[in-house]
Amino acid sequence: MSDTNAQSVSFVRDKMLPESAPPTLERGVVKWIRENLFSSILNSVLTLGSIYVIYWIVAHLYPWLANSVWYASSLNECREIRDATVGPGVPSACFAVITDRWEQLLFGFYPNDAYWRPVMALVAFLAAIAPVLFVSLPRKLLWFSAASPFVMFSLLWGGSIWGPITLAVGFGVGYAAFVLLGRVAGALVSVLGSIIAPVLFWMFLAGPIAGALTAVAPIGLPFVESRSFGGFTLSVIIGVSGIVLSMPLGILLALGRQSDLFIINKVSVAFIEVIRGVPLIVWLFTAQLILGYFLPPGTTFDLTLRVIIMVTLFSSAYIAEVVRGGLAALPKGQYEGADSLGLDYWQSMRLIILPQALKISIPGIVNTFIGLFKDTTLVVFIGLFDPIGLSNAIRASTDWNGIYWELFVFIGLLFFIFCYSMGRYSLFLERKLQRENR
Amino acid sequence: MSELAIDRDIDRSHMTVSDEVAIQIDQMNKWFGTFHVLRDINLTVYRGERIVICGPSGSGKSTLIRCINRLEEHQAGTIMVDGTELSSDLKNIDKIRSEVGMCFQHFNLFPHLTILENCTLAPIWVRKTPKKEAEETAMHFLEKVKIPEQANKYPGQLSGGQQQRVAIARSLCMKPRIMLFDEPTSALDPEMIKEVLDTMIELAEEGMTMLCVTHEMGFAQAVANRVIFMDQGQIVEQNEPKEFFNNPQSDRTKLFLSQILGH
Ligand SMILES: Nc1ncnc2c1ncn2[C@@H]1O[C@H](COP(=O)(O)OP(=O)(O)OP(=O)(O)O)[C@@H](O)[C@H]1O
Ligand SMILES: [Mg+2]
Repeated sequence: MSDTNAQSVSFVRDKMLPESAPPTLERGVVKWIRENLFSSILNSVLTLGSIYVIYWIVAHLYPWLANSVWYASSLNECREIRDATVGPGVPSACFAVITDRWEQLLFGFYPNDAYWRPVMALVAFLAAIAPVLFVSLPRKLLWFSAASPFVMFSLLWGGSIWGPITLAVGFGVGYAAFVLLGRVAGALVSVLGSIIAPVLFWMFLAGPIAGALTAVAPIGLPFVESRSFGGFTLSVIIGVSGIVLSMPLGILLALGRQSDLFIINKVSVAFIEVIRGVPLIVWLFTAQLILGYFLPPGTTFDLTLRVIIMVTLFSSAYIAEVVRGGLAALPKGQYEGADSLGLDYWQSMRLIILPQALKISIPGIVNTFIGLFKDTTLVVFIGLFDPIGLSNAIRASTDWNGIYWELFVFIGLLFFIFCYSMGRYSLFLERKLQRENR
Repeated sequence: MSELAIDRDIDRSHMTVSDEVAIQIDQMNKWFGTFHVLRDINLTVYRGERIVICGPSGSGKSTLIRCINRLEEHQAGTIMVDGTELSSDLKNIDKIRSEVGMCFQHFNLFPHLTILENCTLAPIWVRKTPKKEAEETAMHFLEKVKIPEQANKYPGQLSGGQQQRVAIARSLCMKPRIMLFDEPTSALDPEMIKEVLDTMIELAEEGMTMLCVTHEMGFAQAVANRVIFMDQGQIVEQNEPKEFFNNPQSDRTKLFLSQILGH
């Protein structure tokens, strides 16, 4: 820098420049294409290569989809229609199998005249999770969320409504015990009481009470056996129960693994490692074979319920590890800040630590849930009729012998819609929390 | 380690030391594994005292005041706070913690809660104060630390000095009888140090019992009634500020003061 050049230092503009458009190459589509697709030789090669691959896939898929047959009663009829319209040998999807059997794929062997029940259960489920997922909805709706498991149970399985109601009352008994004992005794006593009281209630009182009430007022929908459950309904029942139940269990396990209490710590670690270290399919076979032996003879324990328990335990081990990651990521100062204010362990966990740890863990948790949901298709191996199981059954019929892709496309689409929605929700939640806290 | 001069007049009318004991530490020892961090600590704090603790890094200052509200556990000796002995009894610990406020070097505000929620959380859950009343108290103390207008923001939106003042207000909302400060200004820029020190001085003027680990010697000279010098886990020297700074006895103290004050 030199300050000898006097002319360049003092300067007065006498004419203002008008605004002008950028050069053609620097604007709009052309600029975008140049910068994003052809910015270098390698990039151009990759672009052209990708375009070719996409073209190749579409070129093969399109005729198959465009020539698809939607109404026919068997695969052979499908072929005849194709031959008559587009000619023999031309690729053509036979989606007639879906129009013919979609009810079965969705509802399994659920009674035809009761299809409204799983549908209503789904509606109840959506209504129940809405206030949980979107905090802007009125908090009063959470009461419905609390009641919804019993509502859904009554809808899906039917039977006397007094069964689910007495079951629900048991939780009320537990809460009452917790509050009442909390007034007269310490925290430990009230926690124990809140566990023991409802268990006693369920073991000795719930049955007779439900029986008596049913005798007096036999209200309820016709009973549907678990064996008739199938199709996507079954996947959703197992998936949703697993998700809802494994979340609290996973959080408890994560806290247990962080705990200083020796026994609790070791039990949590052992549980997580054992469950995680063995494939889900093995656990499902275990559910099928062994869980039955532990039960008193004469009692039958629903296979679907056993599967739900296993799936829950399995995914809770994963959730525990994801949440533990979130807990470990929190600065120590957060624990100390909570401690220094005199919050007790559960308060500081519930109010300070978990809200932050869970927020960090959202992507991992949703990831686990998506995995869990898709893994429900493994139940086909223990003889439950999930959509895959049904696709085998459909293929076994003479009408649809030999049909694969159309069924898998449909099943895949159903799963995709669910999993994609979960992924989207997780993104929504992440963004929302990001905005809120900074 | 600044020598920020305190340029305001200090109102000493409420700064009275009573003969009621607030904290009594007797022959307290603490180890981290085999490392003997605190050795034979004896300290009696009377109600209304403003004590500044200083000493070189690693001398155990933080550990000492963290033992007072059981963020660290001591292994030998006794600590009595407000007549309650700190033992492994959880009830006692939570009680003492709710009576003793603490401010940290890094504030430790809860980032997922608003300023107001940060301040009302403990009163609502620990003291079972009704929400409305807790919010009024919180606003009162936020006004006192001069940031009521930030009540609905999140901690991440505030400057360091503002966050530290919120942290002080948050502690005050529990109406503590003793306040502990662990280097409350050492993570702050100079202009923010002053606003936090002003808040602490006001607290002292109201007669709060305070234990501050700090290197702000200006603050020590202005409000402390006692300065404690620690080295290698021991209390090496304590005196009233004037004597402590002008006439240190121990060689270690002299060395420390010459380093910190840059003489
Ligand atoms: N959790 C811990 N485990 C093991 N050693 C520790 C732990 N916390 C502190 N120490 C050690 O104890 C000694 C005293 O630490 P302390 O934090 O009390 O020092 P300090 O006087 O506050 O120092 P500073 O001025 O750097 O904050 C240091 O040597 C430190 O390394
Ligand atoms: Mg320290």
